[in-house]
Amino acid sequence: MVTTQLLVVGGGPGGLAAANAAASLGIEVLLVDEGLQLGGQLVKQTHKFFGSREHHAGVRGIDIPDLLMQHQGKITVLSNTAVIGCYEDKVLTAVTGEDKYFKIRPEAVVFATGASEKFLAFPGNDLPGVYGAGAVQTLMNQYGVLPGKSVLMVGAGNIGIIVSYQLLQAGIPVRAVVEAAPNIGAYLVHASKIARAGVPILTRHTIVEASGTNAVESAVIARLDDDWQVIPGSEREIEVDVVCLAVGLSPVLDLLRQVGCKTKYVPELGGEVPLRDSQLKTSIDWIFVAGDAAGVEEASAAMVEGRLAGAAAAAQLGADKGEAANVCAQCQASLDALRRGPVGAKIRAGIAKLEGDAANA
Amino acid sequence: MSRISEHPILQFEEKPVITFTFEGRKLEGRQGDTIASALHANGVKVLSHSRHHNRPRGFFCAIGKCSSCLMTVNGKANVRTCVEPLVEGMDVRRQPATGGELKW
Repeated sequence: MVTTQLLVVGGGPGGLAAANAAASLGIEVLLVDEGLQLGGQLVKQTHKFFGSREHHAGVRGIDIPDLLMQHQGKITVLSNTAVIGCYEDKVLTAVTGEDKYFKIRPEAVVFATGASEKFLAFPGNDLPGVYGAGAVQTLMNQYGVLPGKSVLMVGAGNIGIIVSYQLLQAGIPVRAVVEAAPNIGAYLVHASKIARAGVPILTRHTIVEASGTNAVESAVIARLDDDWQVIPGSEREIEVDVVCLAVGLSPVLDLLRQVGCKTKYVPELGGEVPLRDSQLKTSIDWIFVAGDAAGVEEASAAMVEGRLAGAAAAAQLGADKGEAANVCAQCQASLDALRRGPVGAKIRAGIAKLEGDAANA
Repeated sequence: MSRISEHPILQFEEKPVITFTFEGRKLEGRQGDTIASALHANGVKVLSHSRHHNRPRGFFCAIGKCSSCLMTVNGKANVRTCVEPLVEGMDVRRQPATGGELKW
């Protein structure tokens, strides 16, 4: 049995920030991550971040994990290790690699388990050549392997548009980006970049079918009417060997559900999300959440949430209350700033639905 | 091989070659590859087949979640090849959907 004061599950932007914040407040931290390399999705994000300097604006995602690991305290890192169980008596089970099983007993946990990609129903969606956008990023930006020869991107949110740009950077043509909604969801500065490169972004369009013998050889796209139904006769077949799905994310809550944290369906935050108070404590006293697991947003918010959850957990574990409260207050102000304006409207609406003390829910 | 040679931001220097076999056929990957990234670079898109309809399954999530890339490696079934680092001399094979008969 491994013991620690604070266990952080997930080494992406949220988890790294949580570990860093708690360690800086003098708490002993065990950071467990299933990847071979820390950073979560940051390790494949080659674009520069937005926002202000405190949110790492202008820094490429791939360079952020190193910044987040520059802390003063004690963090033990276990990579290639997945937490696979979480029980009411504060015991968690984990596995390193494929077969080294062990138990962890922490005093508190921050779950920063991120999100998983949503899927889309259409004939042929199971063919090799249909990828999640995360997988396309991983192949290209981590392993330097080209996913294919030409691409249909499904979804014009930030991920769809940014990954389209990354595909162009890797030298692969993107034949089109289809988006079922009437508007482009991504920041327009990114959308303009790919539009300038000649990639058509087709709003009110969807993929109808992917076909091929052993892998994708072509895809059919079509226009949608105001009721999101395919307009007959508008179908077009395009020759692509990659269909990249970027149709949203849902929080990864398996462990939170297992231990009995209360959740609520909030579509603005990606689906089922854990109830949590303003300091990211769930309905269970020793469990905190941060990042996409707490509601799908983006990496800048995840880092601030991580710091907030890390400091709140540290305060509960006996760190200097005044110091921890300062960090929490800074983080809350920072989150408010990130969520201001029309871009944050959806997130604010989602969080309003979660309001109220999780403990009273 | 389909690897990125030029990129405006990332640098992919030539890395040492790792030799392995896929269905008995000798292939080359690079240091830093997972089994599945090496197979993909060699144009191998079909990694497994579905249980009921025997439909081809390929590289999908790349983070060890979706089960699409489970293969038998060095005789061991159900290895998540998208997160398993490639090692010199590995014997990589496709497997029946369940990984074969259960051995207790």
